[in-house]
Amino acid sequence: MTPLLVAQLVLTLVVFVALLSSAAAMVYVERKVAAFLQQRIGPYLVGPKGLLQPLADVVKLMFKEELRPRAADALLFGLAPIISATAAFAAFAVVPFGGETTLLGVLKEPLRLQVADVNVAVLVIFAIASMGVYGIVLAGWSSNSKYSLLGGLRSSAQMISYELAYGLSLAAVVMLAGSLSLREIVTNQSGYWFYVIPKWYIFLQPIGFLIYMTAGVAETNRAPFDFPEAEQELVAGYHTEYSSMSFALFFMAEYINMVTVSAVATSLYLGGWLGPFLPDWLGWLWFLLKVFLLLFFYVWMRWTLPRYRYDQLMEFGWKWLLPAAVINLIATAALVIWLG
Amino acid sequence: MVPLNYYLVLSGVLFSIGTAGVFLRRNLITVLLSVEIMLNAVNLTFVAAGRYHGTVDGQIITFFVMTVAAAEAAVGLALVIALFRHRETLSPDAYTSLKW
Amino acid sequence: MDVVSFYIFAAIAVLSSIGVIGQRNPMHSVMLLIVSFGGLAGLYILLDAPFTAVTQIIIYAGAIMVLFLFVVMLLNAHTEDDSLPAGLGPHALRFGALLSALLAVEVVWGLSRVGVTGFNSDPGAASAISSVAAIGQTLFTQYSFAFEVTSILILVSMVGAVIIAGSRTRGGR
Repeated sequence: MTPLLVAQLVLTLVVFVALLSSAAAMVYVERKVAAFLQQRIGPYLVGPKGLLQPLADVVKLMFKEELRPRAADALLFGLAPIISATAAFAAFAVVPFGGETTLLGVLKEPLRLQVADVNVAVLVIFAIASMGVYGIVLAGWSSNSKYSLLGGLRSSAQMISYELAYGLSLAAVVMLAGSLSLREIVTNQSGYWFYVIPKWYIFLQPIGFLIYMTAGVAETNRAPFDFPEAEQELVAGYHTEYSSMSFALFFMAEYINMVTVSAVATSLYLGGWLGPFLPDWLGWLWFLLKVFLLLFFYVWMRWTLPRYRYDQLMEFGWKWLLPAAVINLIATAALVIWLG
Repeated sequence: MVPLNYYLVLSGVLFSIGTAGVFLRRNLITVLLSVEIMLNAVNLTFVAAGRYHGTVDGQIITFFVMTVAAAEAAVGLALVIALFRHRETLSPDAYTSLKW
Repeated sequence: MDVVSFYIFAAIAVLSSIGVIGQRNPMHSVMLLIVSFGGLAGLYILLDAPFTAVTQIIIYAGAIMVLFLFVVMLLNAHTEDDSLPAGLGPHALRFGALLSALLAVEVVWGLSRVGVTGFNSDPGAASAISSVAAIGQTLFTQYSFAFEVTSILILVSMVGAVIIAGSRTRGGR
């Protein structure tokens, strides 16, 4: 039980709790931002400025009755939200959110601010994103209801279609950085051009960033790609038959997937924890700022843009986004070889 | 570290489990799943042998086996769908018209 | 520590594979096979092959099994009757089980004739094969022809799958 091991365990716990609170915070942020975009106030009764609203929501969800349709496959019905939530949390394990720290000299070796530093981190994120499809497919199937099945099938087909563009934009960044490890990709983005512009990959790969964010929004089933769970069309899609904590798990999984996509986007394109004025071990403040910026864009997009129809959505993914990602990859490869 | 024989024995056991599935199950999809188990057992042998020799060739062959398995699963399942349209059943005992 | 992890992952792989061939419902078989793939991925990590482990999850558990799930859902496979036709009787099952048990015994016996061979415990060997750069180098220089042929194979299988499973009204036979 070296001090380093204890510190790593504590760090894992801290990250877990932080993710849980970020899901709760996102509930509040979404409702407030939606309200301001629609020129109303949003939650303001519970706690000062409505800040305790997520707490009230969680308590309400916990006290609801846990239902299950009689003809539903009990094992898969219970397993689906667990798979969704587990995949959402697991993907964040390889994201670096700060430099190394020795906790002011307490530890002999520096502790990396990351739950697991894997040298194939980019692929691990991709793998866990593919596992997240199962939660939705199983939820749609095991509910034994037509809305759920349609929503589940559409949603999973959408997710596996946009995984291609997602992976290709990741491949372009890996080509620029020369490594699959997220920590190395971030450290390759340190430094400045002309002392003013930071060497982030978003300046080298603007189209790649847009492709990644679009594919990420489609992967997390958020607007404008949320047809499979649109209220007007499909009741609630694949989580129609779920109530109480299972529904809360799906809900949480969606928000944490958003956080993970934003966190990976900041590591790949926006320089992770790098920023002026702060030392490396306080870099997690910059990281939080950048992730929050991307999450704000997520919420802004949801309440501003109309929703794609399902066939338009699939056509966009296969006929526009995938060729764009391939061309981006080829252009990046050519530039890397040409400019060395 | 565990000696190489353990990995090879495990791979053999997995291969025979897959074979048992192909012999014993009367459902086309489960037969295809058993074929996938066999392919995985072979992958394990390749990776273990590659690690034994200290080369990457084992992993590269595994890469090719996975790709071929994906292609084979796609075509196999397309065949299952086409067969299902004929006889409305997934049991391989319904497709015996070529038997003498 | 390594030995314990080996036994744990091996147990996961073997037990879930037995579950795959034993389960009545194909949906549960598919989920158990995914668990088996997870166990195998753990074994690959023990063998210093992290790239293969992650690729296994991405390709097998993430893509091929989703395809199987879709087909199982499409064909309503869980309502299928799984019993043998009347003419064959119980001997077919016993014969099949005997053959596969025979295969297992043969393989294990054959391997026991080889002496216990340990792995190359040089740490340089482990890092040489676990780096993705080494895999990429060899893949694109020595095996480049196989790589290109594989891409054509995937294209052919895609087109073939669409034609074979395609709907009648599209002009197919």
